[in-house]
Amino acid sequence: MTDVRPAHPNALPARGARGPSGGLRPAHPNPLPARGEREPSVGETGHGRPLLDVRHLRIEFPTRRGVLTAVDDVTFAIAPGEVLGVVGESGAGKSLTGAAIIGLLEPPGHIAGGEILLDGARIDHLPHDEMRRVRGRRIGAIFQDPLASLDPLYSIGSQLIETIRTHLPMSEAAARTRAVELLQEVGIPAAARRIDHYPHQFSGGMRQRVVIALALAANPRLIIADEPTTALDVSIQAQIITLLRRLCREYGTAVMLITHDMGVIAETADRVAVMYAGRIVEIGPVADVIRAPKHPYTIGLMGSIPSVTADRERLVQIEGSMPRLTAIPSGCPFHPRCNRVFDRCLHERPELFDARTSRAACWLHAGES
Amino acid sequence: MSGPTLLQVSRVTKVFDVSPPWSARVLARQPRLLLHAVDDVSFAIRRGETLGLVGESGCGKSTVARLIVGLYRLSSGTITYDGLDVGALAKGRGPRSLRRKLQMIFQDPYASLNPRWRVADIVAEPIRAQRLLRGNRSIRARVDALLTQVGLAAADGQKYPHQFSGGQRQRISIARALASEPEFLVCDEPTSALDVSVQAQVLNLMRDLQRQLGLTYLFISHNLAVVHHVADRVGVMYLGRIVELAGKATLFTRPRHPYTRMLLDAIPDLAMTGKSRVPVAGEVPNPLSPPSGCTFHPRCPYANDRCRTEVPALKRAPGDEGAADDIVACHAVEESRLDVTPRVVRMAEET
Repeated sequence: MTDVRPAHPNALPARGARGPSGGLRPAHPNPLPARGEREPSVGETGHGRPLLDVRHLRIEFPTRRGVLTAVDDVTFAIAPGEVLGVVGESGAGKSLTGAAIIGLLEPPGHIAGGEILLDGARIDHLPHDEMRRVRGRRIGAIFQDPLASLDPLYSIGSQLIETIRTHLPMSEAAARTRAVELLQEVGIPAAARRIDHYPHQFSGGMRQRVVIALALAANPRLIIADEPTTALDVSIQAQIITLLRRLCREYGTAVMLITHDMGVIAETADRVAVMYAGRIVEIGPVADVIRAPKHPYTIGLMGSIPSVTADRERLVQIEGSMPRLTAIPSGCPFHPRCNRVFDRCLHERPELFDARTSRAACWLHAGES
Repeated sequence: MSGPTLLQVSRVTKVFDVSPPWSARVLARQPRLLLHAVDDVSFAIRRGETLGLVGESGCGKSTVARLIVGLYRLSSGTITYDGLDVGALAKGRGPRSLRRKLQMIFQDPYASLNPRWRVADIVAEPIRAQRLLRGNRSIRARVDALLTQVGLAAADGQKYPHQFSGGQRQRISIARALASEPEFLVCDEPTSALDVSVQAQVLNLMRDLQRQLGLTYLFISHNLAVVHHVADRVGVMYLGRIVELAGKATLFTRPRHPYTRMLLDAIPDLAMTGKSRVPVAGEVPNPLSPPSGCTFHPRCPYANDRCRTEVPALKRAPGDEGAADDIVACHAVEESRLDVTPRVVRMAEET
């Protein structure tokens, strides 16, 4: 959260930090790229190399009663300009995955295995200082509660200007002009006047727009959006989703959209990853996962969502609830709730198998790959 | 499915005094501030039906719920239940039997259960308070039966609330509400704190209970899809007023009020019909200084001078051959200025 809330007086000054490609070493002699000189955009890099590559990520919490594995062997990639939705119920590990990518895991939680690559360079074990430069500059973040992401003691203008100047070499005046542009961009009326207002003077939807402006301030290539619309009313939610989608298309920014709301994913994402008990159980193009889910959990999840278009007597019910981290079942973690469980599920953990266009971690689909 | 009118809410208003302290009013000459949380709301609920009430935060839907069960006093208007005055409940009067018949389920199952009481005591409290049963053994048997009825085990009664998940806690809340054998349940966002698979379990349970016990529900939610699933009739609230009240089928296929259309349009499209959504500009205005006339007029694409000055009344729409109680408060509908083609609202484009 620290970097979308940069109004602390001790925010990191923009020392010469980063070359245009993967130069994450601190003592890099290259000066920062000038404003507007963005890194290669989607069109130039193509979709060959993923922008973000998460491999076998494992997050553990050491406790007195033993080590809890909150995220277990999670692998996915996001291409430049792509929106990946990550959906799951509370405790599935989706927010932790996002926090691990931006290096904001709360101790004692830590990355216990796997790697995270941004533009081909590892970012999971960067020292604190270097990670601060990646955050905000190369990865932006949007959180659920916009009021918690903004410092109530500073005007939104000073927070924006500080973020911009932390990451880009700009004069105060130029940064202010840029801040006004950003506020206009995210649809804040009378931006030139509103820039000097404080967070409490904005409504919830407007605050979330300010947070989006902060996340976009340094033209990051990737935005981690953790439940960006959950705290908002449905009409405001629609505005924010539309805004996020438009900006990502215009800027070519990739987004990891973490939410429990399948409707938001359906409208926004290109691909979706469904998480359950710390693992990805299904990942694929959003239309395929929603229309023809493969994993029994996803099938149940889709059936349990009430709809305004279909009249259903009863909703599909998945019995039981997600296991606690202290008692994750052996084999497939979903097997005690699964209605198509068989012997193998109890003992062997399924990996992600190809199931037509998507991939599902279910033994039912083992034969297809 | 539904019988005679059970609950009648007539011209109910609730005003909260949110004025600054006396000293500030006198010394700094700050004015009194009155918040009209609920403004002239009327509706009826028939025995055995479910009335859904939807609206965005701050529209007054939870205040209506609390007025009905007597947690707030009415500022004006009357609420009658089976002919008896509910307003008296809030003043500490009113027949005891009425308290028994009206129960409420709250949104947050973490806040609505006493963490220091065992579940069996929580569920038994209404039975003891109303003196419905005598003797610990018969109370115990009744509590066990209630817990089983909501899908928990009788042995769960010996546990404390923190040992349960959100969905299970909401089942406990339901068991407590059912303990006094109510006829009418006010459900204020009972599933909004729950995950969707758990929400499905609770919604299915509520539907089963309605069938078995012949319950009547007032179901309050901001989630239109949930309301569509549970309700027979739906009221839409905006800034303390009901702007449209209609049968579920009518409201969701032929919404009339521009605000209802906007809400329906804003639901994320899970069916992925490829409909490109045009979100509505603007936000709910400050309820302390609501706009004149129709309170929706600053956001409404159909607003004209009359909308800015004259408050529209709830009326049947012209040319409406639907049920007599499909009503809407909109000048544009009344004057047939609105296209009635279903679900094609296009409003001011964002940015």
